[in-house]
Amino acid sequence: MKLGASLIIGGALFALAIFVGLFAPWLAHTDPVMDANLINAEEPPSWTWWFGTDAQGRDIYSRVVHGARISLTVGIVSQLVNSVIGVTLGLTAGYWGGWWDDFVNGLTNLMLAIPSLIFALAIMAVLGPGLTSLLIALGLTNWSFTCRIARASTLSLKSQGYVQAARVLGYGDLRIMITQLLPNMLGPIIVIGTLGMGGAVLAEAALSFLGLGIRPPYPSWGSMLSEARDQITTAPWLSIFPGLAIFLTVLGLNLLGDGLRDILDPQSRSRRT
Amino acid sequence: MTGPPLIEVEDLRIDLTVGPSRVAAVEGISFRIDRGETFGLVGESGSGKSITALALIGLLRQPLSIGAGAIRFEGREIQGLPAAEQRTLRGNRIAMIFQEPMTALNPVSPVGRQIAEMFVLHKGKNWREANRLAVEALASVRVPAPERRVNDYPHQLSGGMRQRVMIAIALACGPDLLIADEPTTALDVTVQAEIIELMRNLCAERGTAILMISHDLGLVANVCRRVAVMYAGRIVEERGSADIFRACAHPYTQGLVDSLPRLGSRAALGRTRLREIAGVVPAITNFPEGCRFNPRCARATDICRTTAPETTLLGAGGLVRCHHHA
Amino acid sequence: MHEPAGRPRDDVILSVEDLAVHFPVGGGLLGGGRRLLRAVDGIDLELKRGECLGLVGESGCGKSTVALSILGLQMPTRGRIVLDGQVVTGQQSLDRKALARIVQIVFQDPYASLNPRQTVRRTLEAPLRLHGVTTQSEIEERVATMLRHVGLRPEQADRYPHEFSGGQRQRIGIARALILNPKIVICDEPVSALDVSIRAQIINLLLELKETLGLSYIMISHDLGVVEHMSDRVAVMYLGRIVETGHWREIFERPAHPYTRTLIAAIPDPLRRVPLATTKGELPNPLSPPDGCAFSPRCRYAENVCHREPMPPLETRPDGHAVRCWRANEIAGQPALPSN
Repeated sequence: MKLGASLIIGGALFALAIFVGLFAPWLAHTDPVMDANLINAEEPPSWTWWFGTDAQGRDIYSRVVHGARISLTVGIVSQLVNSVIGVTLGLTAGYWGGWWDDFVNGLTNLMLAIPSLIFALAIMAVLGPGLTSLLIALGLTNWSFTCRIARASTLSLKSQGYVQAARVLGYGDLRIMITQLLPNMLGPIIVIGTLGMGGAVLAEAALSFLGLGIRPPYPSWGSMLSEARDQITTAPWLSIFPGLAIFLTVLGLNLLGDGLRDILDPQSRSRRT
Repeated sequence: MTGPPLIEVEDLRIDLTVGPSRVAAVEGISFRIDRGETFGLVGESGSGKSITALALIGLLRQPLSIGAGAIRFEGREIQGLPAAEQRTLRGNRIAMIFQEPMTALNPVSPVGRQIAEMFVLHKGKNWREANRLAVEALASVRVPAPERRVNDYPHQLSGGMRQRVMIAIALACGPDLLIADEPTTALDVTVQAEIIELMRNLCAERGTAILMISHDLGLVANVCRRVAVMYAGRIVEERGSADIFRACAHPYTQGLVDSLPRLGSRAALGRTRLREIAGVVPAITNFPEGCRFNPRCARATDICRTTAPETTLLGAGGLVRCHHHA
Repeated sequence: MHEPAGRPRDDVILSVEDLAVHFPVGGGLLGGGRRLLRAVDGIDLELKRGECLGLVGESGCGKSTVALSILGLQMPTRGRIVLDGQVVTGQQSLDRKALARIVQIVFQDPYASLNPRQTVRRTLEAPLRLHGVTTQSEIEERVATMLRHVGLRPEQADRYPHEFSGGQRQRIGIARALILNPKIVICDEPVSALDVSIRAQIINLLLELKETLGLSYIMISHDLGVVEHMSDRVAVMYLGRIVETGHWREIFERPAHPYTRTLIAAIPDPLRRVPLATTKGELPNPLSPPDGCAFSPRCRYAENVCHREPMPPLETRPDGHAVRCWRANEIAGQPALPSN
């Protein structure tokens, strides 16, 4: 029961976020940036303004809907970059061993020793704010867990008969890694990736909140929170709705990750067959 | 001398719960082991030999459970006993050793302490006395330099030494029955030979009965006085070990013996094609109707495909379950 | 017809000369002595065309390391391996692909040896493509033929490994080993992970394939019954060395080395009830082998010379039976198996 529930709830929340992001222009009532009208400033939520309006009279609902695009883009793209880096490093380190393994291990330990948000902060400080810098900063700083998992899986899979057999059949190293090792470690990699996406959404919010990510007036959930900081007592809806969006998306991704772990875990699979 | 047997299993059925349904992994199992007797259960994977042993020692866990039948230890029904009494029975009277001693030993505790624990737990000794007994126990399983070895951790010992430690733990409290589940499968043949001799001698000295579970016909024939062959959850033949593989009554037993490349047979008879048992071992969830061996049996007729055979008594206390037994 | 000395003879498809594989062990930060594990310590082997050579010994004796060296998966420390007239060790070594077309392996564990995420078809087709077979019809034809050879139906090709039983998986493993038409197949304990009632099927299959496809086998096993049944010649290894080798009949009927006798006596037979243990103790630590003959601490025939002098060199009799033992002549002639 637990297995199905977290997968379904998590999947539904994530699907909703994706749907909102994809169809933002059709779902939004107004343009999130241009449609400012001081006459409507700081309206509380109502039938006209579902989530209320901000100090410039912009519709919060429309901004949250558009913010989904940015938050999810950052989450998905940066995690993809992380996964590719982590898998590449972990797989090659585990397979080849030797000095390359030592080097990758050292690098991974270094990354794990420094909180990734601090690292991302430093990169953002150098590159300056903006979507591209966000993708670079978050995409380069959170691959260490994936790398660890990929390396550990490689080490245990490497001694399996079918990997040995592939070598005996004359497969090259690259072909063995791609056709024999990678497909058999995808399960845990996907789980880590899903959880990492949640982390990236949070990190984007944090960086934008600190003013280093997406700059106003463009709506990202983090930058909206940042702008709403001063009015948290007078106009709480300004922070509640973007905060809720972050909370639900990250919750959804975490539940999805847990649910996927339950099905992709090789142990639970062998128990069922 | 006419008291109840040490352990008696009567019409035992073990259920396996798969999702909403239940299947009988083992059924109609009956056998008895007398005091000091050596009894073997032979079978392939899925035959149910290991779960039968787990049922005897009360270690069946979900999704397995006893569905019917009785297990009596010295005439007393085990299942009816309160949990505390079952535990005492388990440590004191019935002991078990497993295939892989590494997983059965605690990796972070010296082996001497693990043996001593048995004396403290089940015999109420103090640690000082228990440690002394642990050294003696190690010596009794022929571990060299036992007073030094007690301080070793399991990973410092070889597979054979670990299995000796397991035997020392199992025999610490002087049990009446030792259940050995594939005790030497993970070991080399020369080490296996030594462990088997050791088990045989120790148990004979102390009057401990052995229930040995194995897939190796040769091993069981060499250790046990009586042997039961299991196939797909049922005992198909039970005889004295001197006869069972020599004059097999059940076609499955015969098939197993014929399919073995026995040492010396090529020299005597030349290389003949081994007789195969056709087909595959059925899965627990997919046992055939009627006699479960019928799809692989050369003697099978219509009745075998519809009706499960009853037990037939043979001479000299043997029994067989086959419509067309020899 | 005179072959120049040193050239491999035509009927020999594999020769291993003075092969040694040593691993450095230990050392590290605390400066503990870095010791040498002599996994294989100078062995010679010859495999003739169409022959099955049994390689036996306890775990840790080095038989698997020999196999890995022949397969090119383990770099030897010294020695020479000549496969089908081509030297595969050292600089002139064959590339992996060329080696793959000469020698293949069947693994012990039919569960771990098949990629769970590949269908049988993919497992068999990919090596063909890799080795330059490009015509789809030829690929399909060869896969179907191979499946029939190993007793599977071609229509089973699109299934995944978990849909097969242990015996069928081993058949798939054999098909994969044979798909490139190798000349030599190393069988590494090919039946010991299988159910007893299935073993005969696989043993018979391996022997049939050897005849129909003209293969040569190296049969690695601890099950001497299987080795006796399948082998033409047998080599017995102990602590990285060959202690006895010869025709199967010589080895099993007139074993000359005490270790061989121990191994044979230790096999329990269903029809014979005898004492199994004829030695004491276990394999010594290969990092600190005993003084004298390596088997002497366990040997019931050992006397002074055995504890003092290292194992003598392999002494070959005219019939090809070779043994390394100080007391071989005294021991030989006694029956190997205790009488019934």
